[in-house]
Amino acid sequence: MSWTKKHLLDIESLAAEEIVTVLDTARGFKAVGQRAIKKVPALRGKTVVNLFVEPSTRTRISFELAEQRLSADVINFSAEASSFKKGETLKDTALNLQALNADFIVIRHSASGAPHFLSRVLGAHVINAGDGAHEHPTQALLDAFTIRERKGTIEGLNVTILGDILYSRVARSNIWALTKLGARLTLCGPSTLVPKVFEQMGCRVTHDVNDAISAADIIHLLRIQHERQRKAMFPSIGEYAQLFGLNKARLAQTKPGALIMHPGPINRGVEIDSQIADGERSVILEQVTNGLAVRMAVLFLLNGGKGPLEGMTND
Amino acid sequence: MPESTVILDATAIQRALTRIAHEIAERSEISTEVVLVGIPTGGVPLAERLAKVLSEIWKHPVPIGSLDVSMHRDDLDRRAAPKIHPTVMPFDVTGKTVVLVDDVLFSGRTIRAAMDALNDFGRPKKIQLAVLIDRGHRELPIKADFVGKNVPTAPEEEIRAQLGKMDEVILERK
Repeated sequence: MSWTKKHLLDIESLAAEEIVTVLDTARGFKAVGQRAIKKVPALRGKTVVNLFVEPSTRTRISFELAEQRLSADVINFSAEASSFKKGETLKDTALNLQALNADFIVIRHSASGAPHFLSRVLGAHVINAGDGAHEHPTQALLDAFTIRERKGTIEGLNVTILGDILYSRVARSNIWALTKLGARLTLCGPSTLVPKVFEQMGCRVTHDVNDAISAADIIHLLRIQHERQRKAMFPSIGEYAQLFGLNKARLAQTKPGALIMHPGPINRGVEIDSQIADGERSVILEQVTNGLAVRMAVLFLLNGGKGPLEGMTND
Repeated sequence: MPESTVILDATAIQRALTRIAHEIAERSEISTEVVLVGIPTGGVPLAERLAKVLSEIWKHPVPIGSLDVSMHRDDLDRRAAPKIHPTVMPFDVTGKTVVLVDDVLFSGRTIRAAMDALNDFGRPKKIQLAVLIDRGHRELPIKADFVGKNVPTAPEEEIRAQLGKMDEVILERK
């Protein structure tokens, strides 16, 4: 299927075939990362602005390297150093970036919908690198890529997402992506962070961790997002670790081939025991490697024009 | 209704490949320096078949690779992003004579992209080009070293090379 979207704002509006197109394309870019020369000229002459209004290290670095490996010119714009401190609105900042002829804006923002807003006021391609508790589409795509690469397919798999679902854009994007690709999702965590309303997204909701992980092919752990919680949603970190943390005893109850995923940054000893994070079931660092390939694929696909593909084999 | 003509049938394709293989053998002083690199999708099965004939002539295996050129194209923002095919280069190209293999030579832009892509894998001693069909209408100063058949075409016509179960090359007039 050929890609026709101008922006990557969320997973919700993508068709399953579009998600598969990204994953297929990313496979080619992962191979580029294994070569001696890891750079290709696909985005030569294009300017990408990384507009990170909310702090981020790994996503920003991953995008930055992806852009550089595609030969784009890269500008980094972070909240601490920027004019937001001087009271400029997001719209004005973005219009200034447009005046510099930026071709792509990669935005991370604490407000849900900020990327959608930018896509309406700007001519540039907009990529959502995480907006509030709404979506983090490239994270879900790299997770889907990792699952597909390890398991061969996503259809029919039992995927459990364990942790702070309520405040997690990673969870939302993963729910959209994986259900579209035919996985069965189970959400688990403290009842305050995993409300029953998520059943409306086609997921099973449970607050019993053993029930959640025993049949899972994939266990996706999420960090407790202290920064997004207005008040304490559960008594203590220690209690969370005890009730929901993935430890040796709990791991022993899972299926032998079950994979452990985590979008990072991990809190060792809270949602995951140290040995498990470093263990053979963990694909946490593969997720980081795959993230680079997936972000290159997204930039590559969005860069494509509207024209047809015909005649490509005939020249 | 598009009008289709078969311009090469299975026998003619095999004959053309055998002739190209002999020409490659004739032009190559050191047979062990020659590697064949097919351009997906059409060039890959052709490279495999050429390698088979060449290995019979030379009595040693001829290495084959496949090189996806889509990331090096010059029209990436002008049409829908191309599908990316696997690149497999199981040898060092530095010092080798690389024969690029494609099914149809048209504008020459794919070959330019291929030469660019190949550079990322090393510095070949020579790059040569073998194609099954040269249909003309070049947009770049590129010429094939080995040609199965020259087919004069109109730009709006299409050539479809089907290789595999049903070996045939078809010219389609719209």
